[in-house]
Amino acid sequence: MSQEAMRLKEKTLTGGVPLTQKRENLWVDAFRRLIRNRAAVVGGTIVIILIVMAVFAPQIAPRSYEKQVLNDQNTVPAWLLSLFPTMKPYARISNDYLLGADYVGRDLFSRIVYGARVSLTVAFIGPLISLLIGTIYGSISGYFGGRVDNIMMRIVDVLYAFPGLLFIILLLAFFRSTLTKLEPGTFAYTISQLDARLGGMLFIFVGIGLTAWETMARLTRGQVLSVREKEFIEAARTIGASNLRIMFRHILPNIIGPLVVAETLAIPGYISTEAFLSFIGLGVNPPTPSWGSMISDGAQVIRTYPNQTVFPALALAITMFAFNFLGDGLRDALDPRLRGTQ
Amino acid sequence: MGRYIARRLIYLIVVLIVVSFITFGLMHAVPGGPFDREKALPPEIMANLEKRYHLDDPLWKQYLNYLYDVFIPRLTTQPPKGTLEDDFLISAKIGGIWLRWMNFGPSYSSRSRTVNDIFRQQLPISAQLGTMALLVALIIGMPLGIIAALKQNTIFDYISMSIAIIGVSVPVIVLGPLLIWIFGVTLKWLPPTGWGAKPPYLLGFLPTKWGWDFFKFAIMPSVALGLGSSAVIARLTRASLLQTIREDYIRTARAKGLQERLVITRHALKNSLIPVVTILGPMFAALVTGTFVTELVFGIPGMGKYFVTSITNRDYPVIMGTILLYAVFLVIANLVVDIVYAYLDPRIRYD
Repeated sequence: MSQEAMRLKEKTLTGGVPLTQKRENLWVDAFRRLIRNRAAVVGGTIVIILIVMAVFAPQIAPRSYEKQVLNDQNTVPAWLLSLFPTMKPYARISNDYLLGADYVGRDLFSRIVYGARVSLTVAFIGPLISLLIGTIYGSISGYFGGRVDNIMMRIVDVLYAFPGLLFIILLLAFFRSTLTKLEPGTFAYTISQLDARLGGMLFIFVGIGLTAWETMARLTRGQVLSVREKEFIEAARTIGASNLRIMFRHILPNIIGPLVVAETLAIPGYISTEAFLSFIGLGVNPPTPSWGSMISDGAQVIRTYPNQTVFPALALAITMFAFNFLGDGLRDALDPRLRGTQ
Repeated sequence: MGRYIARRLIYLIVVLIVVSFITFGLMHAVPGGPFDREKALPPEIMANLEKRYHLDDPLWKQYLNYLYDVFIPRLTTQPPKGTLEDDFLISAKIGGIWLRWMNFGPSYSSRSRTVNDIFRQQLPISAQLGTMALLVALIIGMPLGIIAALKQNTIFDYISMSIAIIGVSVPVIVLGPLLIWIFGVTLKWLPPTGWGAKPPYLLGFLPTKWGWDFFKFAIMPSVALGLGSSAVIARLTRASLLQTIREDYIRTARAKGLQERLVITRHALKNSLIPVVTILGPMFAALVTGTFVTELVFGIPGMGKYFVTSITNRDYPVIMGTILLYAVFLVIANLVVDIVYAYLDPRIRYD
């Protein structure tokens, strides 16, 4: 067969695409589908805006988030009165504050801007922790199978029955209340110092990480099980690839899509967990602003100054919207067959 | 099936022992105790208190005693003494013999009450809230999902799915204060906080009076809690129904000339609800722990408030009791869902 005929045959077999041309990368392909999804683009844009807000908070926020101006307690800018007419009779007007000042005279807008830092940190660290623990645990369990799998999965089953949120509350409350009783130099003391330096976020991560990895472990295991018996794994094993190599080079790249999607869809859950913990006073340490603690502070005066609750609540809701839109879009983009499920 | 249920019940026991062990260990591993005060109590009083609650026993003994009191049913001829140490959640006279089971012990912080007292008074309220929220989730979620699927890619579909995405994106601590502000403060239609049901309850938690006095308090919290779950149900119902109406037997039903309404109700809906049943387990779990959040937002005197204060007070029996009780709920809810699932879908067998 001549070279020309060979090329012609190749062309007809592959539908016109020469075999030598590399197939479109899965991620490039997915990204292309993602940016065609309008809701996902909106979500992604909001997430980018939030990231910019969090990173450049000191430049964006017009005032300090912690400086208390007692003379300006509960002041309201004039434009808000048309939105909240009930405040008209008693509100003290001060146009220095874009969204008003809180009960100790801190700028609400600046606090909301800084609050994005906490929520976004949780939004990125939460998945990182649960992916790390969950993937390793789940892939070991799924890859080795048999008795190892059985024991590891029974452990997950038992932990699954743990009322997660109650457990996080327990953990946090205990660690927080014992901070003062710890001896300097001990491990617990070092950890609590680190936590204090992070504004109280370390224990939130620990709590979320401890309770969120189980779902990931189950998902990973299921995925590994489905890929494990495929021919290309068999092939890799035949040419003598080690277990580690098969796991990281051959299995993981094939299952990463669903894991990423599951984590993206889990992000709103992490954000609302942090907000709730801060709401009941177990989250970040004051004066670090978190939208959850701002809502809780505002709820005290919701009858008189609704703006102090409504704006942080809106910030939280918009952020969760954005991540939900992005997660949905990512799922559709990575696996179009799943469109509209879950 | 019987074997499967038996195996799951054994699993429940394992779960409870592990959960109690971890919780117990955690409570005692962290420095501080229930009777620590800003100004330390005199050592004699401290010793007496610890003796009264057996906190001076070695830890393993405390733990085993606790397990014995909670898990092992007792049959005695003695009537209940009515003391704080002798309060069993289940206490029934069968013939001349008393069956007594589940003594969660006295509460350390409210001295005149036992953990069982707290359960009896607060748990029904949490259960009412949880049930109402589940109803809200089903009543809003299923119709939205069905409409969206039957009118796929129309404006109805988009509106329903937008409502669903709003539902999953708005947590209770956002929706709660907003509802309070709109309906409680501005419009003054509903009381912003509190709870209306009073004992006696039917079946342990159902209020006997179902009037406006109950609903005016219950509407906002149950919507705030249930909306997120209703969104999940709506999306799942839609996906499942969309898949079902493409099945061959639906085409057969249409081909034999069955009315479209009957095709949907008799054939499609019934089969498409099977996957929806499976998420009721995890959903129940979310709602049960969600009641904690909702109770704190709306100032409802359920278990939530007691749990949080019991932790700050180091009220060990209340903490243990609550966590164990909720673990039981979660496991049993999942078991019930699995059984219902097998019943609905005969292809599923658990043996």
